[in-house]
Amino acid sequence: MAIRIILEKCTGCSLCIKTCPFGAIKIQDKKAIIDLSKCNLCGACVDSCKFGAILIEKTTLTKVNLNEYCGIWVFAEQKKSLIQPVVWELLAKARELAEKINTEVSAVLLGFKIKEKAKELIYRGADKVYVVDDESLVNFLDEPYTNILINLIQKYKPEIFLCGATSIGRALISRVAVKLYTGLTADCTGLDIDLEKRILLQTRPAFGGNIMATIITPFHRPQMATVRHKVFASSKEDRTRKGQIIEESIDGILLKGRTKILEIIEEIGSTVNLSEADIIVSGGRGVGSKENFKILEDLAKVLNAGVGASRAAVDNGWMPYSHQVGQTGKTVSPKIYIACGISGQIQHLVGMQSSKIIVAINKDPDAPIFKIATYGVVGDLFEIVPALTKKFKGVL
Amino acid sequence: MNIIVCIKQVPETTEVKINPETNTLIREGIKSIINPFDMYAIEEAVRIKEKYGAKTTVITMGPPQAEEALREAIAMGIDEAILITDRSLAGSDTWATSYTLSKAILKLGSFDIILCGKQASDGDTAQVGPGISAHLDIPQVTYVKKIKEITEKSCFVERMTEEGYEVILVSLPCLFTVVKEINEPRLPSLRGLLKAKQTNILKWSAKDLNLDETKIGLKGSPTQVIKIFTPPSRCGGVIFKGETEEVVEKLFSVLKKEIP
Repeated sequence: MAIRIILEKCTGCSLCIKTCPFGAIKIQDKKAIIDLSKCNLCGACVDSCKFGAILIEKTTLTKVNLNEYCGIWVFAEQKKSLIQPVVWELLAKARELAEKINTEVSAVLLGFKIKEKAKELIYRGADKVYVVDDESLVNFLDEPYTNILINLIQKYKPEIFLCGATSIGRALISRVAVKLYTGLTADCTGLDIDLEKRILLQTRPAFGGNIMATIITPFHRPQMATVRHKVFASSKEDRTRKGQIIEESIDGILLKGRTKILEIIEEIGSTVNLSEADIIVSGGRGVGSKENFKILEDLAKVLNAGVGASRAAVDNGWMPYSHQVGQTGKTVSPKIYIACGISGQIQHLVGMQSSKIIVAINKDPDAPIFKIATYGVVGDLFEIVPALTKKFKGVL
Repeated sequence: MNIIVCIKQVPETTEVKINPETNTLIREGIKSIINPFDMYAIEEAVRIKEKYGAKTTVITMGPPQAEEALREAIAMGIDEAILITDRSLAGSDTWATSYTLSKAILKLGSFDIILCGKQASDGDTAQVGPGISAHLDIPQVTYVKKIKEITEKSCFVERMTEEGYEVILVSLPCLFTVVKEINEPRLPSLRGLLKAKQTNILKWSAKDLNLDETKIGLKGSPTQVIKIFTPPSRCGGVIFKGETEEVVEKLFSVLKKEIP
């Protein structure tokens, strides 16, 4: 048993009951009792108890010499030799964290004929860039990328490793963290340092954003996290920044893998990648048809925005699944999310409620979307959206 | 061919609400369901069985009540089910969970394809699938939207990316995490429901799996949750009313300032 009440210390004050997010504690005979089938061992009650009466037995043995690890690393994801915008956000955050613990920021860049791009990472805040350049790394493949990162991490021992929560990042870093036997926190929206312990505090949403959790990796290194797009500001380019570019040569055996890309098909064409979009114009059942989505696409074009869709719109075949926002689609957090004809089912809201500004256009004044919208318009989207497009066309 | 599906029982998150007075999740009356993404993994396993012939096994790790989720999978057409349940596994993070599941898969013997949902709707990490393949040291393809063809030693799949998709050839055995686009899960048949009632669900404990005790549950988990809190709730803002021209003007003036 990993959690227990020290009966001599418990006063039955019931403070712990109020803090338990899982409703796992009750008071019986003036003592707290934990229902282990409900308890998730999150430890919220331990902190709340003023009498030190709740004990979680955690491992304190550490096999890893934590002091051997230093520096913050950022995975510089590239596609078609273009460094992805989320990397600038990671570099900005990494710099901020590095100042706090007085260490340096490094980026790791894998690709083919990619060396030239390394200095962009220095301009944006990296002190060092480790580059592995090989023909077989031109596109992301789970195994070679994993092998190389493990090799470099074991060689240089960074204390923190950050990566974008992209489809590549989530697949790659999960594999790396397991192989290294270290902790990984997915999809972080907040990162900070506990200065006293020199530990990374990783905050992320769970239960579709209904609760937030702060997570640490106390005894394993590196402390790894993937970071959600658009949550942190990008670092600015400074072409006078200096840094070191280190070319790594890699044993050919690490480049081998059991998957092979036969073809790459781009579907979104000229439209904007949803997770990287600053603005998203999204449509739901109220849009009514595939043809009507054209109205939203026109607005999106003027605003340089991505086009999103609710599950209803996708299930009706009006938009491809790759545009779906929500629980069974994508989670996005743009600066502006314009929801047109979307009623605001919770499954949709969990995919977009971290957007900075939410605009709702809906003819039903009771639509739940208005409860979370920064700006709401009760009205006909077929009139409002084209008028808005026209208005922006005049200035943008 | 042996196909293994790993699933998770989750609260039906649409109903998860927080009691503002006590700051606790209101769990009463909340149904448990199979993680929505795992439904696609189950369906895909059944389709592969129907097309190529295969033995399908579903595995979950969780409290005893997770048995319901396994029975539901059997009702959809899965052949066998295994429940890994043990108090010592409580508090497992994604590392410890994927370690435990990989040990159960090894105990089952040979396998060709492991299917998982893209992510679970409660934790949203998308880490356990790739974690299992890392523990087993087999190739993985995440975000699979189509299994095109399975041959004796390999498989052609389509992997969804931010920009479109990739056609990938992968050697077997391997692990796939699947997205919604891959299929439409069926409703259980009457015969399936009957079978689900009668099937004996195998239960394995930590001891049955010969797990390294230092690598399971809270103690074996590299990550620790130190705080749980409610995010500041969003409340409704300004509602613009009036004629189209008027509201568009108002909306335009507030948005103009925010456009990057």
